[in-house]
Amino acid sequence: MTAPFVPHTDAEVAAMLGDLGLESLDELFATIPAALRLAGGLDLPPQQSEADVVDRLVDLGEHNRPAGRCAGGLVCFAGAGAYDHEVPAAVRSLASRSEFVTAYTPYQAEVAQGVLQALFEYQTMIARLAGLEIANGSLYDGAASLVEGVNLAVAATGDRRVLCSAGVNPRWRAVLATFSKGSGHDVVTLPLRDGVTDWSAAVARPASAGAVVVGFPNYLGCIEDLAAARDLADRTGARLVVCADPIASGLLRTPGSLGADVVVGEGQPLGIALGYGGPYLGLFACRAADVRRLPGRLVGETVDADGKLAYVTTLRAREQDIRREKASSNVCTNQTLMAVTAAIQLGWLGTSGLREIALRSARAARYAHDSLAAIDGVEPLSPHPYLREFALRLPVDAEVAIERLVDEGYLAGVAVRDGFAGTDAEGCLLVAATERRTRGEIDGFAASLEKAIR
Amino acid sequence: MSSQTDPASNGQPGPRPISAVAGGRASSAPVVGRDTEPTLFELSVPGRHAASFRTTQIPEWAAEELVPAQYLAETPVDLPDVSERDLVAHFTRLTHRQYSVDLGAYPLGSCTMKYNPKVCDEAASAAAFANVHPAAPPACTQGWLEVLVELEESLCAITGMSAATLQPAAGAAGELTGLLLMRAYHESRGEDRTRVIIPDSAHGTNPASVTLGGYEVTTVGTNDRGGVDLDSLRAALGPDVAGIMLTNPNTLGLFEEDIVEIATAVHEVGALLYYDGANLNAILGVVRPGDMGFDIVHLNLHKTFATPHGGGGPGAGPVAVSARLADFLPGPRPARLDDGRFAWAQPAASIGRIHGWHGNALVLLRAWTYIRLHGAEGLRGVAETAVLNANWLKEKLRGTFDLPYDRPVMHECVVSAESLDKATGLRALDVAKRLLELGFHSPTVYFPLIVHEALMIEPTETESPQTLAALADALLLVAREATEEGAAGEARQAPRTTPVRRVDEARAARRLVATYDQRS
Repeated sequence: MTAPFVPHTDAEVAAMLGDLGLESLDELFATIPAALRLAGGLDLPPQQSEADVVDRLVDLGEHNRPAGRCAGGLVCFAGAGAYDHEVPAAVRSLASRSEFVTAYTPYQAEVAQGVLQALFEYQTMIARLAGLEIANGSLYDGAASLVEGVNLAVAATGDRRVLCSAGVNPRWRAVLATFSKGSGHDVVTLPLRDGVTDWSAAVARPASAGAVVVGFPNYLGCIEDLAAARDLADRTGARLVVCADPIASGLLRTPGSLGADVVVGEGQPLGIALGYGGPYLGLFACRAADVRRLPGRLVGETVDADGKLAYVTTLRAREQDIRREKASSNVCTNQTLMAVTAAIQLGWLGTSGLREIALRSARAARYAHDSLAAIDGVEPLSPHPYLREFALRLPVDAEVAIERLVDEGYLAGVAVRDGFAGTDAEGCLLVAATERRTRGEIDGFAASLEKAIR
Repeated sequence: MSSQTDPASNGQPGPRPISAVAGGRASSAPVVGRDTEPTLFELSVPGRHAASFRTTQIPEWAAEELVPAQYLAETPVDLPDVSERDLVAHFTRLTHRQYSVDLGAYPLGSCTMKYNPKVCDEAASAAAFANVHPAAPPACTQGWLEVLVELEESLCAITGMSAATLQPAAGAAGELTGLLLMRAYHESRGEDRTRVIIPDSAHGTNPASVTLGGYEVTTVGTNDRGGVDLDSLRAALGPDVAGIMLTNPNTLGLFEEDIVEIATAVHEVGALLYYDGANLNAILGVVRPGDMGFDIVHLNLHKTFATPHGGGGPGAGPVAVSARLADFLPGPRPARLDDGRFAWAQPAASIGRIHGWHGNALVLLRAWTYIRLHGAEGLRGVAETAVLNANWLKEKLRGTFDLPYDRPVMHECVVSAESLDKATGLRALDVAKRLLELGFHSPTVYFPLIVHEALMIEPTETESPQTLAALADALLLVAREATEEGAAGEARQAPRTTPVRRVDEARAARRLVATYDQRS
């Protein structure tokens, strides 16, 4: 039978078929060659009621170990691009309002001022966090933003060579490598030394490049020297693309003020659930001079027929539905709801709250770093400054430690592995702390880790 | 309405001026009606705040003790400083300026704006799923992995394919993934192919994705029945063609009757068939892309499987493939082990990652829920009712709007205002804007590009016959007004009852103000 979301009664269906001169629903598909039509039904699990599906979901959920104080919950020290920050009730409540959730892309601006204005406010906040003039209305995630940032840099310079620090999130680098098979970028990886990019390495000395890419802080948590990155970009004629943590802008100088041409990042820390990795939020900001190469949607201000302030998606001539094969990006659907969520979260935080969240996270990270590094056999990977994440060398492989600590109620961190094979970081434990971690949790974690690696 | 009191109010005795209201704006500004809503930046009063944080007992080191001073910002990034009450009022007022599926019909062609079942949202907000860290080891995510494996299996059953990836975050990401799969397949056979064929009725993402995939676009025309022109397709095919991207039913809402001939011709030159799943809603349980001969399929879960569009995203664009392409899929993929447990596995010749984690997981969970709520019969009912609605609406519009390719349609119909435009000056855009004040979201206009003054209407299966009748009446009213009053009448003035009237798009582009800081 049809699911309850189809309102038609049998009598209504019969009447509508009658209006069309048809006798059965099958006749609606007469234009499909008979030989192609499915003889039986689809091979799917049986239709279930809402209550039955919810029961199944509860059963399945019992096989997950979420972060937080709930049954089976783990105290979360994992980061690596996804962080356990506070998401208050007001943000969850506003972001789940169905006018935001069930709207389509704001193509009819007259009835989409809510989403458009929220995006305008989001763009303003992200541009400020980046320290650049322009931010778009979001991309899929940090990895997608990195790919688009590199595409912008290559298109703007006409140079396909990409100098990418090994400190950039390895999963994002993997995505860049995948898409470079189509775009033809020549990605050169700049190695790390002691956890930060080795700008003096031989591979960092080409005559020219289209993009220099660096993390800020990088994947291992270290604060990179953006002046050195800017210098390399200037020497090679490249655009400097910085993969930035938006929380860092609460404490550190903005990437734009340190010379970034393009700032990309993962917006998940701005009020978005861990959600097993998605939907997240691709942050993208650039200089006003590059706005015509901006990927994705951009909201601008204008007036309506009565001269009243109004918002509308603008510079549409950049986009795929108009430029088609000449478009520099194919992005259509983005992550608008996540962008709206981030704007609400940043409004909840305010100027002092963003600084507070960054400072409290840094304090928790320092306390965790010092507590864990005091354990016999545990060594920090890098002597360089960090913000809320750092890598530790353990006497056992990080994956073993993570597995053992789950039994104690801790998600100890993330094992550094893919993208770091053969480097001194391989097998290290990447530990993150946010403003949500307490002294008691960190003390308990340190005690459990000490036992686990003994 | 301003909360500011003029302290110099004409010298009359009265309430004492209250100096504490400098800055900010009243949060009780009129909300019902058409007043503009100030930005959050204008509501800001420095020093006000909403945030509070957990008590941690961690030493309160100063910033300089944690990070070397040269990295520290001299002044904090300026954000709006508002109370929680003002924050909630502001964004709630914005929702009052926004149309949505929960409010009413949204017959945007090609977008499949169906009702989004609430239980799917509730599933995605349950802590047991929503609070799981994406790097948690598989032992901690067995429930999630089972959902993902089952969703892959269901999507394969629905499309008639062998294997799938759930990583692509949207349809366009799925398209590019599909093109990279195409490239990997041909390269594995030692073939260097350069062109991908696209019909002139295709969505704009198709040609853009082809370019990003490193291929050149060859466009083929549409025949007088609205399908791919077989002769021009055959002329375009050759050993340098990597594949063809088709939407079926196509963007005219018509099923490609010659799909078997098309598939045969494409496969004969060693090329692959890519299925753009934008219009899959029409054929659920009726016919499967795999049975039509397609090799690669992307699905838009935010269309066919009712995950909410979120004002433009998030979506999810999984890609399913035939057996010969399975080894190239992005990885890691969720896998069911022989012992009944679940793990991540890397396909043998994977093209690599295409998402930073595992895809838009909470969107995937909603789609899993939707599929379980329907089962095979329910999904077939979706297609049947969607197609019934589109055909019934099309017949109601016959005689008033042009029907450019007048055949039975699938889930959507493309009608044209061309004759009305010639006779009265009523353009598709005017129809769209007048509909807004009649209480309906407008259809997609000016697409597909091959139809003049196109109105592309997709009612979806979740709109009742009563809603369809009202929508048809509204469309006919707009046409009648134009005939009786001329184009200078109602429609050209519309909309007048919406939060803003027609917006000056040219001005927005000419004098770009894309942030509050760019306001002069």
